Amino acid sequence: MSNVTGQTPGPVTLADLSRSDGRTAVDAAVGKTLAAAGVLAIVISLLIVFSLLRDSIGFITAIDLGDLTGDVWRPRSQSYGMLAPLSGTLWVTLVATLLAAPVGLGAAIYLSEYAKPRVRRILKPIIEVLASIPSVVVGYFAFRFIAPEITQRIFEDSPRFNLLVAGLGVGLLCIPLMTSVSEDALRAVPQAMREASYGIGARKVTTVVRVVVPAAISGLVAGIILTVSRAVGETMVVFLAGGGTPTVASKPTDGGITITSAMTGVLTGSDQQAGGPEYQSVFFLGLVLFLMTLALNLVAARFVRRVRITY
Amino acid sequence: MSIVPTEITADVVAARLRGEKADISGKVFRYLLLSCLGLVLATLIALLWNVGSVGIPYLSERGVGDFLSRYTSQRAEIAGVYQALMGTIQMGVIIIVVAFPLGVATALYLEEYASDNLFTRAIEVVIRNLAGVPAIVYGLLGAALFARGGLEPLTGRESLLSAGLTLSILVLPIVVITSAEAIRAVPKSLREGGFGAGATRWEVIRTLVLPNALPGILTGTILGLARGLGEAAPLLLIGAKRYFGGGELGDLRGDFTSLPHIISVWTKLPSAQGWPDNTAAAIVVTLVVILGINAVGIVLRNKFEKTR
Repeated sequence: MSNVTGQTPGPVTLADLSRSDGRTAVDAAVGKTLAAAGVLAIVISLLIVFSLLRDSIGFITAIDLGDLTGDVWRPRSQSYGMLAPLSGTLWVTLVATLLAAPVGLGAAIYLSEYAKPRVRRILKPIIEVLASIPSVVVGYFAFRFIAPEITQRIFEDSPRFNLLVAGLGVGLLCIPLMTSVSEDALRAVPQAMREASYGIGARKVTTVVRVVVPAAISGLVAGIILTVSRAVGETMVVFLAGGGTPTVASKPTDGGITITSAMTGVLTGSDQQAGGPEYQSVFFLGLVLFLMTLALNLVAARFVRRVRITY
Repeated sequence: MSIVPTEITADVVAARLRGEKADISGKVFRYLLLSCLGLVLATLIALLWNVGSVGIPYLSERGVGDFLSRYTSQRAEIAGVYQALMGTIQMGVIIIVVAFPLGVATALYLEEYASDNLFTRAIEVVIRNLAGVPAIVYGLLGAALFARGGLEPLTGRESLLSAGLTLSILVLPIVVITSAEAIRAVPKSLREGGFGAGATRWEVIRTLVLPNALPGILTGTILGLARGLGEAAPLLLIGAKRYFGGGELGDLRGDFTSLPHIISVWTKLPSAQGWPDNTAAAIVVTLVVILGINAVGIVLRNKFEKTR
């Protein structure tokens, strides 16, 4: 139509189709900006690893390595016995997991398999409210309620604040995590498996225990591992209710410290200067904690992936 | 293999013949599960009662305004949470300004721009692992970077700005993960429609992806904000103060405390001098702030899930 002069139109070239109004330039610039933000995440993790490593290496070279196997952690008097925070972490994590894993799993099974949608909408917020309570508030609760009203009545001879009190508080904090990971795993089990089970006449309890739970087992194991990881890294409850005794704890009702609560001891309050083994010991503890939780999280991620592959 | 179902079938047939009441183990199991939720509910009520029964009468007796406007003190009867509240509010603003844009940008890059290469996968792995790093380790990073390290001249050492930036880094992975999920939930067909009409990637993101993913992004970031503001452990490592003057609104390079931090300090003070009352009152204020932020997030999410 526009070809009024009678010339044949030239073939359409790539240049005609590509946009040249600057919109592509904007697009490319935005892409670069967003990529820069992504780089930042990598930079941050490198900085975490770098700062932990730098001061940990400084710490290890400054002290006698044999000191680490001692059983008192008191950086102010150059005692760096790692057995004290490690034993405390072990007890707190054990108590917390023994509380959070069964309770969290039980709640998850009920929410996923038994609760009708309407009931679930009423019950789920219980877990969600617990999840949103700051750990320091649970620490206060352990300090003012669990210690005097529960553990002191059962174990009258033990110190008022001990690793059992802290472990129970930490366990409370871990329940929502266990519940949400387990519930996701249970809900990922195909409905057809439940129906097949009912179809051959199995009862609800049989279906849940022998079909659904075994099918979701990878995710449930992941939930337990993440619970352990969370318990290892929890600070405030132990800081408030763990007792703070810097020696090896032989039983959970001893007062004690964990890796995390030992970290708060050095830098808290004082205007501590950087450098020196006392300051650097915190970074060494941080590195140990970082490696422990990283290993646990990586293993958990592997289990979660197995659920996704199966269904 | 074939024996098991037969057994179960026999089981059920027998139970049916005996009537519904025979399923005792099923009932026991069900109540056992329900009791797990019951335990959580009971603990939650005990916690709220433990705090509220002390804190709320104290607040009403002393006056909420008085408690919220007084500075930290060594004497319980005049100690208030003004600086802690200001600290928490300003840290929240820093998180919103720093972590939200960065987090959403990273999520957009990962979901919309990045091709599946080593670099992209590295970011994804790193983000996922950052989310699992204990809060206190972020305190070490804050100490090494902002409070006692290279950026000291900028942040003013152990300052509110250092605290806010540390918490921003803590919240960042949460923002990225939840935003990425919200962006992924936007239907592919919507994008294809945009591309078909000749829009560039950025135009598709701006006009189609972001508006549709916004409720999800907002929910995730709000929940992340509540999580960050509830943390006290990292602040212990970057020099939060017990007693200090100042802490006014806008004093970013000055001393700081926050609501969770002041709770951790007051909890350990002697109970004979009335500190439990103050601590409980401070927790009431904290729970109002944190649960309030969370409630906004949950309401937004429920709305989002319904419309999807």
